[in-house]
Amino acid sequence: MLKRFIYSREGVLSLIVLAMFFGVGIMSPEFISLTNSISIFNDTSILIMLALGQMLVILTRCIDLSVAANVAFTGMVVAMINQYFPHMNMALLIVFCLLIGALLGAINGLFVWLLKVPSIVITLGTMSIYRGATFLLSDGAWVNSHQMSESFIGLPRYEIFSIPVLSWMALAVIIVAFWAMKFSVWGRNFYAAGGNPMAAFYSGVNVGKVQFYAFLVSGTLSGLCGYLWVSRFAVAYVDVANGFELQVIAACVIGGISIVGGLGTVIGCVIGALFIGVVNNALPIIGVSPFWQMAISGTVIIIAVIANSTSDKDKARIILRKPDETMDSAQAH
Amino acid sequence: MDTTIKKSVTPDVMLTSRLQKIFRWETFLILIVFLVCVMNSHLSPYFLDPWNLSDATFNFTEKALIALPMAMLIIAKEIDISVAAIISLSSTLMGFVAQMGAPVYAVAFVGILAGAACGLFNGILVTRFNIPSIVVTIGTMSLFRGISYILLGDQVVRDYPDGFEFFGQGYVYWVFSFELVLFVFFALVFYWLLHRTTFGRYTYAIGNNPTASYYSGIKVDKHRLILFSLVGVMSGIASVLLTSRLGSTRPSIAMGWELSIITMVVLGGVSILGGSGTIAGVVLAVILMGLVTFGMGLLNIPGIVMTIIVGVMLITVVSLPVLITFYKNKKAKAL
Repeated sequence: MLKRFIYSREGVLSLIVLAMFFGVGIMSPEFISLTNSISIFNDTSILIMLALGQMLVILTRCIDLSVAANVAFTGMVVAMINQYFPHMNMALLIVFCLLIGALLGAINGLFVWLLKVPSIVITLGTMSIYRGATFLLSDGAWVNSHQMSESFIGLPRYEIFSIPVLSWMALAVIIVAFWAMKFSVWGRNFYAAGGNPMAAFYSGVNVGKVQFYAFLVSGTLSGLCGYLWVSRFAVAYVDVANGFELQVIAACVIGGISIVGGLGTVIGCVIGALFIGVVNNALPIIGVSPFWQMAISGTVIIIAVIANSTSDKDKARIILRKPDETMDSAQAH
Repeated sequence: MDTTIKKSVTPDVMLTSRLQKIFRWETFLILIVFLVCVMNSHLSPYFLDPWNLSDATFNFTEKALIALPMAMLIIAKEIDISVAAIISLSSTLMGFVAQMGAPVYAVAFVGILAGAACGLFNGILVTRFNIPSIVVTIGTMSLFRGISYILLGDQVVRDYPDGFEFFGQGYVYWVFSFELVLFVFFALVFYWLLHRTTFGRYTYAIGNNPTASYYSGIKVDKHRLILFSLVGVMSGIASVLLTSRLGSTRPSIAMGWELSIITMVVLGGVSILGGSGTIAGVVLAVILMGLVTFGMGLLNIPGIVMTIIVGVMLITVVSLPVLITFYKNKKAKAL
């Protein structure tokens, strides 16, 4: 069992993350303290939740480029609601942001499901539409921290067992996702729909509908993250989370979610996000300028996918390899 | 002759080929371009001034130069998301060479060479390791722009040699800018390459069915490598033009361009699933987007609202054909 985990992608990846974590710890011991570990997880929570939503979408052979725009739009809406109705119940507000996020996700999903339009095109379009709508809604103005109520800003920071609510939310999402993807038929359908759409269709899975659900979940999580992002940084403006969609996809790719669909695990996805989180937190501590961050994550993505493509048998492309290579890999297995 | 290759892979690919029988995409685009021109000239009396129109071309020529090879790449079922990052890295390297006192043509040469090297790198990763190009280029996008950030940090390079500004600001004859002439030249080159050579035929073949192409003797990987390098070279050229027009380099140059370039290509009727599309369509889409944004600029519409309109355009344009086919099928059933 343990041996199998260590040889799996998730195992290798978590070893790399741990090595990195303790490697930085050697240079500055306070990095591996419990408080700092909690704060790294807390910093990565939003990325983890968005990456799990994106994972479902990528599993069904689609891609959702509109997540960051969704975060910005929902964040702006709830920040403005909070600005004008400061005494509104927080539970109601969270339901609101879930609904708005779900609606934006459903728009993507419906286009993919009913019109069979490639998801990359649809989400490319809705990305600019949602971002623009944020501008129209706010007229380009910012909602600053003093315009937000205390409970609005305080909720994600509120600590239970000295762990912030933000982290608890991420943990809850991870657990639900793990259960759903491992044990529920609903979750397994995502693998079926992406792994072999034709076979899934003949075994009674409505592939389009599954893709719709993927976008719905991704949208709902983006909505939740919209509130969390805005309240965490205590400011809402049009450019919130600009370019974050690519970090989310990067987390999935590093975590071993195959972009051709049907392959990937919740744990891999979480570790992929944590990888980015540890790199971001470690750079300033080991004295590397943050300007290195992009190049490092780019290099890591490339290495991760190369490792992935050489270790896994890539069924979709195996036929394109030279005959002798195919023979070699066939003998190796 | 160009798009008559029959597709039989998935139902949604069939839909697009049925559409091509209903009406040609290019005629539709010409109609819209015409409509936008009429609207723009109604909205603003300054629109039809030749110098004004010439100014409008600066909005899109650089992106359009990359849209041409990108169309070929998407027709061959691949994609390159790293183009804007290639611009950034080429521009950074040009900045370094310029600071060392290199002459104008050496600076431009370094920009194009850097672009070519980046494209080749993408191509090698995709073909050598059999990785989907969208993943590779998401990675190299961070890598290329990341290198720019490492080299430049928050600095700006401004000391370009005299005469360098010609590439982005110069005029060849009357209102015809160097950028525009270059775009027309490359549009013709790519038209010839895609529609009049075996290289172009192979591009369609690979986009329709890579496996069948491989077994019919097309060197699929070599072909992809050439296409990625072409995209790199054109990104390098676009980088020279953009750097020269702005007169400065910073790591955040051309941020977000990859998405508008892909939008141009898709708007031009190139199927994102590969296998169909024309250069004429892409050129028309480029002109359409340029005119729409310029017209909105004349009306003082903020840039971010323009992106909404471009987004709506993109979605309508790709879903309209599907809706029409649905409607037609329904009608046929009723009969």
